[in-house]
Amino acid sequence: MKKKILEVNNVKTSFFTHLGEVQAVRGVSFDVREGDVLGIVGESGSGKSVTSLSIMNLIEEPGKIKEGSIIFDGVDLTKLSNKEMSEYRGNEIAMIFQDPMTSLNPVYTIKNQMIEVIRRHTDLSKEEALVRAKELLTMVGIPDPEHQIHDYPHQFSGGMRQRALIATAISCSPTLLIADEPTTALDVTIQAQILELLKSIQKQTKMSIILITHDLGVIAEVSTHVVVMYGGLIMEKGTVEDIFYRHQHPYTQGLYKSIPKTTKKDKERLIPIEGSPPDLLKPPKGCPFSPRCPYAMKICLEKQAPLHVISDTHSSACWLQSPEAPDVEGFTKTKEAK
Amino acid sequence: MDELRKPLLEVRNLKKYFDKSRGFFKKDKRILTAVDGINLHIYRGETFGLVGESGCGKSTTGRTIVKLYEPTDGEILFEGVDLATIREKDMLPYRRKIQMIFQDPYASLNSRMTVTDIIAEGIVTHNIFKDHEDPAAATQEKIFELLESVGLKREHANRYPHEFSGGQRQRIGIARALAVDPELIICDEPISALDVSIQAQVVNMLQDFQKKFNLTYLFIAHDLSMVKYISDRIGVMYIGKMMEIATSDELYDKPLHPYTKALLSSIPVPDPNNPNKGSRIVLEGDVPSPINPKEGCRFASRCRYAGLTMAKKDFPGSFSDALIGKISIKTIFNPETKEIVISENKVITDLTAKLIDELGFKEVIVGKEDCFTKTPELVEVRKEHFVACHYVKEINADIL
Repeated sequence: MKKKILEVNNVKTSFFTHLGEVQAVRGVSFDVREGDVLGIVGESGSGKSVTSLSIMNLIEEPGKIKEGSIIFDGVDLTKLSNKEMSEYRGNEIAMIFQDPMTSLNPVYTIKNQMIEVIRRHTDLSKEEALVRAKELLTMVGIPDPEHQIHDYPHQFSGGMRQRALIATAISCSPTLLIADEPTTALDVTIQAQILELLKSIQKQTKMSIILITHDLGVIAEVSTHVVVMYGGLIMEKGTVEDIFYRHQHPYTQGLYKSIPKTTKKDKERLIPIEGSPPDLLKPPKGCPFSPRCPYAMKICLEKQAPLHVISDTHSSACWLQSPEAPDVEGFTKTKEAK
Repeated sequence: MDELRKPLLEVRNLKKYFDKSRGFFKKDKRILTAVDGINLHIYRGETFGLVGESGCGKSTTGRTIVKLYEPTDGEILFEGVDLATIREKDMLPYRRKIQMIFQDPYASLNSRMTVTDIIAEGIVTHNIFKDHEDPAAATQEKIFELLESVGLKREHANRYPHEFSGGQRQRIGIARALAVDPELIICDEPISALDVSIQAQVVNMLQDFQKKFNLTYLFIAHDLSMVKYISDRIGVMYIGKMMEIATSDELYDKPLHPYTKALLSSIPVPDPNNPNKGSRIVLEGDVPSPINPKEGCRFASRCRYAGLTMAKKDFPGSFSDALIGKISIKTIFNPETKEIVISENKVITDLTAKLIDELGFKEVIVGKEDCFTKTPELVEVRKEHFVACHYVKEINADIL
């Protein structure tokens, strides 16, 4: 078994707004192992981005990590002060965001911003840092870094900005890279470039990646493991094959059926998930998916199912997997509950 | 395909330029060619998908067809009438027949109007119930009917847009478009702002209405798998030009244009063991600017087939003379100083040609003459399959 890099245990993060407590993440647990690419998939409001911000300890007022622990390298990140945490940010865990323009400072050149990051985390001199920055830009495929490093972010295209950000993020060889919708703002041909780039960097550096996205295609393309989130909870987790070929949760199933497959010839009608996602100000008592679930039973409305273990790698939080559940075609029952 | 089918809409050589000139008396001429002479036709009852990356002009095309933009040139024939030259006051009946659904369900509904007001606006403007004995009651009844048909409830009629979710707002947008019994609906990225599980709801609804009312759709989107799913025929645009038009199945099975090939192979497939995973064509570089584009194929600068290797040994006379005037496809660096000799897609001057020769390069990849100097026409290479590429036969020798 590969070494555990990150252990997220029962994390609950809420935002205390004027309207009330928005329970964005309501108890999420997963591990990331060395060299894994963990895809977190979910719709808007499922809590996937808040989970990643919680790992980085970047939850700001009025938000708060209420409960749980995030163990990285033996240290609980939730217990660290901001100053202690900044030792980890960038050095050990780096993050890239959806919109590359807002993550870059428009009034500094790419060079200034990269050198600032590199020098903050290493003891390289300015000149050495510049050389390193150019190396990194070459690595991420910026043509002519010698000159382009002097450009301002607005002179870069969207794809180039994302490349520059990836270059900055990997500048201190982090153990874990969190990429929050890194290609959502990009065109599909540019998205393909960035995904190839992430894959090749991952191969070279052996770092682990948490990739957050709503696009099942992107997940299938790069992930080794997948966590499916809905309404602030994990619905199902497993290897990428578990999730795509042996999905056990009705939500994962619904998600999969509602997207068109370009490989299929016949145009069978899409099967949408009826209804809309839950309001996290007052999340439903039972399973958040139960109001939209075609298989919902009485217990689903009252109690959230635990993660039922299906195999060593695969578990699903649905009552259909419980030993007492009725037999439904396409769903396997567990032998043990976690 | 029915030979006698007549197109409901025919767009001929449509152009829409935006003047972005700068400076005193706008001396610095900068013309943004958003749509640069495209042709397409849409048959009654079909869905025509228009795809392309951001900035390719697909939305501008849609907006120009409904004359939200005044076309710079070209014809927009709707039922044989040219909307491009028609007087504004004669346009009104066509504004009813052609409706639009917008991408952003938040921005496209007036937040100060109730759902009833929003849907009623078109009915009132076009006097749909003018022969009815009680127009107001008929309008209200029609609104209730529409709301129910898009999956909302009667009691939603008096609410304001902010009380609805994104998916519900898009349903209101669809109800508004349907209210005036249109024939053609231009759907400009109608599902892009919606969550995956909601997208399928809206797409299924659009298909049901198409069958029920014999509607024709121009479906503009960048989500290629959804476009394939919903469209009968598809047009692929790139920087204001139409690159390829074909039926949806044929386009995805046998894309002929190098750009379409790359675009389709970029779609991430939701299948981890997808057999084509390794064979993706990754395009290099970015989409070039649509401002003052040069003659030649718009895609040439990123096209893998537009290059030609010139080897020194083939030019016993002077290698440098042969290079002059050619376009360098790749950036050439001086092997010693690492300085740029010439950047990509620049014309090789006599000085740089000499330098390249002196530096001892054995071969240089240059652009093919016609790709960079002649804009390819959109021609029918197979039945109902149009491609704009000089080398389409050579590239697809196995098919054509």
